[in-house]
Amino acid sequence: MSRITGIGLTPFGRLPGLSTLDLMSRAATDALTDAGLERREIDGLITGYSTTHPHLMLSTVFAEHFGLRPAYAHAVQLGGATGFALVMLAHWLVEAGAARRILVVAGENRLSGQSRDAAIQTLAQVGHPTYEVPLGPTIPAYYGLVAARYAHEYGIDDHAELAVLMRANAARTPGAHLTEPITAAMVRDSKPIAAPLRLLDCCPVSDGGAAFVIERADSARPGPSIRGAGQAHTHQHVSAAASLTAFGAGDSAGRALAQAGIGLPDIRYAAIYDSFTITLAILLEEIGLAPRGGAGRLAREGRFSPGGAMPLNTHGGLLSYGHCGVGGAMAHLAEAVRQMRGQAGPRQVAPPSLALLHGDGGVLSSHVSLVLENGR
Amino acid sequence: MSPDGDPPDWTKGGEGLVLARCRACGGVQYFRRPFCPACGGEDPAVETASGRGTVYAVTVVARAPSPDLQAHAPYGIALVDAEEGFRFMAHCPPEGVAIGDCVRTTFRAFGAGLVPFVTQDVRS
Repeated sequence: MSRITGIGLTPFGRLPGLSTLDLMSRAATDALTDAGLERREIDGLITGYSTTHPHLMLSTVFAEHFGLRPAYAHAVQLGGATGFALVMLAHWLVEAGAARRILVVAGENRLSGQSRDAAIQTLAQVGHPTYEVPLGPTIPAYYGLVAARYAHEYGIDDHAELAVLMRANAARTPGAHLTEPITAAMVRDSKPIAAPLRLLDCCPVSDGGAAFVIERADSARPGPSIRGAGQAHTHQHVSAAASLTAFGAGDSAGRALAQAGIGLPDIRYAAIYDSFTITLAILLEEIGLAPRGGAGRLAREGRFSPGGAMPLNTHGGLLSYGHCGVGGAMAHLAEAVRQMRGQAGPRQVAPPSLALLHGDGGVLSSHVSLVLENGR
Repeated sequence: MSPDGDPPDWTKGGEGLVLARCRACGGVQYFRRPFCPACGGEDPAVETASGRGTVYAVTVVARAPSPDLQAHAPYGIALVDAEEGFRFMAHCPPEGVAIGDCVRTTFRAFGAGLVPFVTQDVRS
């Protein structure tokens, strides 16, 4: 079994003057301090990627910069699903005995390190270079297509309550990018971006970094354990998705739960990727945490609030804590660990025994799910 | 026909929507590869699609991905299920095209080339 023994999470937002390597270093330093480890005690390193620091070998660039000489290292690229894919890989590497203590780290100055136009243009390139990108779509446009189809099938084009909840959660989280309270009416009245998505349906672009230490279970070193992990990959491009209302999220989560030997009713905390309100609604529904067409209603009824039956992204998620690329979803895991440890301050919920985490990359193309068990 | 024998294809600057059909299993593909991704059959037959289909999803881009394209905004983008059995992305008017509508395809200049442009098929 593997345990998460250290977490590092920088503030997200506009952090001028900090590079990708600076942000990775800050998160890594915090994770090592949290784990009570020195650099020399780390024998494995897995990193994500950075759009502002593209490199063929980001893991060894970081190892040299930070002062690590790992016995195992490489980078992983899986879009928004990367963060949890790194953790899943570290889990298996530790289980397999390939490394004993692995540092998982990501960071990017996605907001400050490039112009806003450059960020939007870079991200839009996930579209098909021949059959989609020439038509001028954006990431919100790909998700706008998904949201329109969802509205057509379920008669619901409004997920404002999910944005309101994430903002309220962020207001209690030090380091969150967006903390000004919003209402559902403000979401519905915000600037159109890609119909039916409006500005407040979309996560911000942030600077930030996140890191974890994942190591083989040792009774002397407590921490939440990774009890199950699963993936599913159904397509890359939105034009090639078989359906825009059924993706691989349910398969991925089902594999993770089966591996953990538990069922969805055992889960007490949810950490779900929320690049857009529609992303969060679809993932909650496909995983089975809400009925089809019902995620917004459950949010309105308080089910996903910190005091509800299924607390969700209590740090504010991508929608309000912020989205710095690979580190974005890693903040969801850092928060789940804090909640399990009882270190979430004013947003502390009853420390959950089991949490389900889910990330997606592309246009709901790649899915990674984790089951985390409290090991206090 | 172009000099290489393929029918006009908007991805190469021509006014045409092209599909490839597997000679072995009949599988249809829009993202063209020199093989069939379903069965592995090689050298699928290339043909021109009718351009007729049904709108599967539609959005309106208010904020374009680059300053040069912003002049065109707002523009509609649709995913269309072609009658030949493939799905393609096309431009559409920002208003008046809805999911389930039958559409036909023309081509219009956008950015550096031509893109498919679908409008309601009045004959349907």
